[in-house]
Amino acid sequence: MTVKQLSIFVENKPGRLARVTDILAKGGIDIRALSVADTTDYGILRLIVSDPIKACELLKGAEYTVKLTDVIVVELEDEVGALARMLALLDSHGISVEYLYAFIGRDKGKAYIIIRVEDNIKAVDILSGNGYSVTKEEEIYKI
Amino acid sequence: MYWQKDIETMKRSDLERLQLERLRYIVDYCYNNVPFYHERLKKAGVTADKIKTLKDIEYIPYTTKDDIRENYPFNMFAVPMRKVARVHASSGTTGKPTVVGYTKNDLDMWADTVARICVAAGATEDDIAQISFGYGLFTGALGLHYGLEKLGACVVPVSSGNTQKQIMLMRDFGTTLLISTPSYALYLGEVIKEMGIDDLKLRVGLFGGEGCSKDIREQIEKTLGLFATDNYGMSEIIGPGVSGECQQRCGLHINEDHFLPEIIDSETGQVKERGECGELVVTTLTKEAFPVLRYRTRDITKLDYDTCKCGRTLVRMAKVMGRSDDMLIIKGVNVFPSQIESALEGVSHIGPHYQLVVRRVNARDTLEVKVELVDGELLEKFSELEQLANMIRNRLHSILGLDAKVTLVEPKSLERFEGKAKRVLDLRGENPKSEC
Repeated sequence: MTVKQLSIFVENKPGRLARVTDILAKGGIDIRALSVADTTDYGILRLIVSDPIKACELLKGAEYTVKLTDVIVVELEDEVGALARMLALLDSHGISVEYLYAFIGRDKGKAYIIIRVEDNIKAVDILSGNGYSVTKEEEIYKI
Repeated sequence: MYWQKDIETMKRSDLERLQLERLRYIVDYCYNNVPFYHERLKKAGVTADKIKTLKDIEYIPYTTKDDIRENYPFNMFAVPMRKVARVHASSGTTGKPTVVGYTKNDLDMWADTVARICVAAGATEDDIAQISFGYGLFTGALGLHYGLEKLGACVVPVSSGNTQKQIMLMRDFGTTLLISTPSYALYLGEVIKEMGIDDLKLRVGLFGGEGCSKDIREQIEKTLGLFATDNYGMSEIIGPGVSGECQQRCGLHINEDHFLPEIIDSETGQVKERGECGELVVTTLTKEAFPVLRYRTRDITKLDYDTCKCGRTLVRMAKVMGRSDDMLIIKGVNVFPSQIESALEGVSHIGPHYQLVVRRVNARDTLEVKVELVDGELLEKFSELEQLANMIRNRLHSILGLDAKVTLVEPKSLERFEGKAKRVLDLRGENPKSEC
């Protein structure tokens, strides 16, 4: 019930992001969602892509520091308060979110939230048990 | 003005006779009291009898910093510990410092040599001397402290840091002498200028611990309104007091009756002709606890034996022009790239390559250490990456005694070198190269 996410260490220098995305483009990798968080000196680029294993190999081959992590993708109604309710639910079960980012689906009315928590199984159980739909890896590209 | 006029202005022929006599004595003394020298001298077939002229010093093998480190902590001492009144230490390249010792007589002699350079620079017993070197194992602060006390000046042992307080005391006490590194003096000057203070009584600056370019000296003199002089020393010889500038400022007078200098070719080890430029080698002629024979300082300079306009006959060494090794001086602290290596050794998640970037920001030296993050284990949390950088920073601090900025960079982004690595980027732009 989880999706593989790429985390890539990128220095805060001009052209670095362009290089990473260029490597992925040349490898025929499609990017579904992304997030960048940065400090003064460096940032971490997180990506959900069409072929995470291949993308990881491509980037490692180009001397990048990369990590594959399992994250949860939750489908929400694209409406006011949906995210707040979902987060309140996780919070009420003592699950803290390390980070999250989101994208809007091509299907009208759907939003997808990528969340990173310590215990994926527990989080998925709670979400599923409360009527949320958790996206499977093979589904992520049909969205 | 002199502190010990008879010695400072001694006829060179008399001085050289005194040096020869003392050299013969110290060779004998080392042979009999320091196992390390006993072995070395025996192997080289050198006894005091073989030293018939000063030139015969060339028979004696060199002593290096490695020799001292290998004999950590007290194995090169020539007296039992009960005769040792104090120890000092300087930074070592592998985490272990090089340790030196002093008998009561050594401390007394040391204070005299320091008093000499202070008087030569213009200090008197009427002065109020603020010592802004860090007190501790380093020889700088306590060396100047006891020399100035012996001279009769009033010593203010304020130590390093806390610039606002330094300035307040300087003002309130009417400080006339400033003892610090040139870069700290430069920084003090800028702060004082910013604060708009113009009623300081500073008169003379005694600067050491690192080199000082002409530009920096001029800037210090302008902002602090004092007469700036350089002095030189290193703990392995004694600390400050080895040499210092007189008011003519045409070289640093070496206290040659105690410290016999030579200039050698650092590659071949051959002694150079008088006046030529090369590595300074020093033999201590009178030290009891920690005598050194032909210690290789790694500092590049040259010697001028002509009598100075100030009347001193003591040889003058030029300002240090560079190093024959890769040592850096950052905030007055000696830093060897190998120390950084040992700090990084065994740290996981990073690669073996590193780069040191030294900058001068607002007149203060800063050190940045760049290391490559080679595995992705820590990419889930920024806090873990920060912890890694902090851990490296703490290790560097415990080995160097310096605060460094640690920057994580991408793998293979630091330049690779074939052969001798140039891992240092010194952007201070004033480190003179050793062009002899």
